Amino acid sequence: MDFSVAEVRQILLAADALEGEDPLRRMKRLAKRRVALLFYEASTRTRTSFELAAKALGADTTLVSSLSSSIEKGESLKDTGITLKALGAECIILRSPYSGAPYLLAQATGLPVLNAGDGMGEHPSQALLDLRTILHLRGMRASAIGEKCLCGVTLAICGDILHSRVARSNALLLPRLGAKVILCGPEELLPEAATGMGPGISIERDFEAALRQSNVVMMLRIQAERLAGLRIDLDEYRSRYQANDERIAASAPKAPILHPGPIIRGMEITSEVADGQQSAIAAQVANGVPIRMALVARALKGGKR
Amino acid sequence: MVDPASGLDAKRDVLLRDGKIAAVEHPGQIRAADAEVFDAKELVVAPGLVDIHVHLREPGQGYKETIATGTAAAAAGGFSSVCAMPNTVPVNDTPETTRWMQAPERGASARVFPIGAATRGSMGEALTDYAALKEAGAIAVTDDGKPILADEIMLEALRTAAALDLPVIQHAEDTRQTGGCSMNAGALAFRLGLRGMTVEAESSLVERDLNLLKQVKRGHLHVAHLSTKKALDAVRAARRSGLHVTCEVTPHHFALTEERVRLYDTNAKMNPPLRAESDRAAMMEGLLDGTVDAIATDHAPHAAHEKEQEFERAPNGVTGLETALGLAISILHVRHKMPLAGVLGLLSSRPAQALGLECGTLALGAAGDVVVFDPEEKWVFRAADSRSKSKNTPFDGWEMQGRVRLTVSEGRVVFKA
Repeated sequence: MDFSVAEVRQILLAADALEGEDPLRRMKRLAKRRVALLFYEASTRTRTSFELAAKALGADTTLVSSLSSSIEKGESLKDTGITLKALGAECIILRSPYSGAPYLLAQATGLPVLNAGDGMGEHPSQALLDLRTILHLRGMRASAIGEKCLCGVTLAICGDILHSRVARSNALLLPRLGAKVILCGPEELLPEAATGMGPGISIERDFEAALRQSNVVMMLRIQAERLAGLRIDLDEYRSRYQANDERIAASAPKAPILHPGPIIRGMEITSEVADGQQSAIAAQVANGVPIRMALVARALKGGKR
Repeated sequence: MVDPASGLDAKRDVLLRDGKIAAVEHPGQIRAADAEVFDAKELVVAPGLVDIHVHLREPGQGYKETIATGTAAAAAGGFSSVCAMPNTVPVNDTPETTRWMQAPERGASARVFPIGAATRGSMGEALTDYAALKEAGAIAVTDDGKPILADEIMLEALRTAAALDLPVIQHAEDTRQTGGCSMNAGALAFRLGLRGMTVEAESSLVERDLNLLKQVKRGHLHVAHLSTKKALDAVRAARRSGLHVTCEVTPHHFALTEERVRLYDTNAKMNPPLRAESDRAAMMEGLLDGTVDAIATDHAPHAAHEKEQEFERAPNGVTGLETALGLAISILHVRHKMPLAGVLGLLSSRPAQALGLECGTLALGAAGDVVVFDPEEKWVFRAADSRSKSKNTPFDGWEMQGRVRLTVSEGRVVFKA
């Protein structure tokens, strides 16, 4: 999360403006500019919303994914980036299974690179859309963003924190706006070192206690693809950390429930909760497009290269 | 002239003849009409430096480094002798490979002491032929990078080596605990989304090895590139109890901390990883109080395309031969006031003693290995100017003090500034 508070504010203000703009007018903003989506990992929400965002601004988009490109033949990230640049890409939106990959790509190409999720590293656009969701839930506007605008907000992030780039980006962003972040999960998925990431972050192992202390709740799935040999007793995990009706009614009856997806129904969250009154999951997804419009427009500002 | 082995620190002339130290006399006393003269006025003359831990990449990976380019970098850094690790392709687990590495055809600019693999293919299963390796010139055995985990194999290695008076060098890392890890464990690794190697992954193997060493009469364990306080404390205690254990620390582990990884710089990726400040400070303390026997570079060249990858995919290792002396003088001598003789001892006589090498001294009759350097000259290291084939250094652009002017290896001038 490399943005300053002022930049965060500008991005969210731009998201509002672009969302409200006449679609035909908006199409002219980045008309025929070239944006490449380079995806080394599966994605539904992030990829689609970045693509829709770029297109809504009039940009031409192209998708390169690891299973249908020369990446399969062993082409490096650097060479793939250089190739996309030679084809006219002015901005690359990258999803990589490796933490820090956006820095490498930006260095190799000199192009603006938008991080659409890098390994266990970060997922900045998700944190920004989560922020927009939280602001809307509290009836706040982007113009209110400042260092204390989220005072009084306590977000519990529960589940597989260790492997979650969403948790990292939110835990790095929200405390800078005055929020408290409580991380909750078992030792194997939430090492003590997590609190050392930055200020305003604490750990609560007991799920009910975490729920009782917070007024926004974010659930995370267990990232089976990153467990790297780690064995989790899923029955025990469910019994201790699943967001179900009973628990939510008892310990967080009013808190909005967020989830960055993909959700695994019956594991970290039950259908009743995911589809229930408190669920803000669809709002999060919807906020993805305006946030990503603002990010793409920002990356390409300053005219044609 | 500073000769740490004898404690000499005075104005002297030195004469080299037939590759040996032929005379050390008060200024103006040596008469040798036909000799080539090097005027070392205002400079320090010391035994040629000894690096007991380098990767020369030959045989098999000449695109990263060759014995010729690696030893040219060594010479430029003031090293007259280097000990070459066996993780080549193929692994140096035979007398043939050991001899091949020392053959004149390799074009070495410094003496190469090969270290043989401790187990066949460094697979940790069956010991190599230590007697044959020693006979061919190997000065120690190790499976560096692929530490010996099985207790019975390590015990057998220590016993077999002890009978031949060979040290067993261990890269102390319990690799069962470090799968997928690419930096030091802790808050920074968590923040960066990288899996971290714990301090215990190093210290637990050192402790295990020291326990095995107790069972071996006249056994000698040398711990490679120590990086944690906990492991260093274990070595300190073991030595106090009388065990024959020696150890080395790299310049990057006393000069840098894990903070250098920031923004995923693969030139700050090595194994063992850069650690927290408390561990770095402990390495410094160990160097200053004498617990650490040697500064060794763990010079590990990699091609640009290998390092220009995602952090987790990039190979471990940094080059170090041309920056070791400058860093040691700048940090140990200038900043921490360690006497120059102490610093030079860590880079010559003491590493030589640790591994039983006949070098690292200016005694009469010793190998004609000499380094001449300006201890005051400040200079900026540029990776692009490196003699090494690879430029993967975390010290590009660093200003350091102490610049090599001349390096002589066995009487041969191998570097002249």
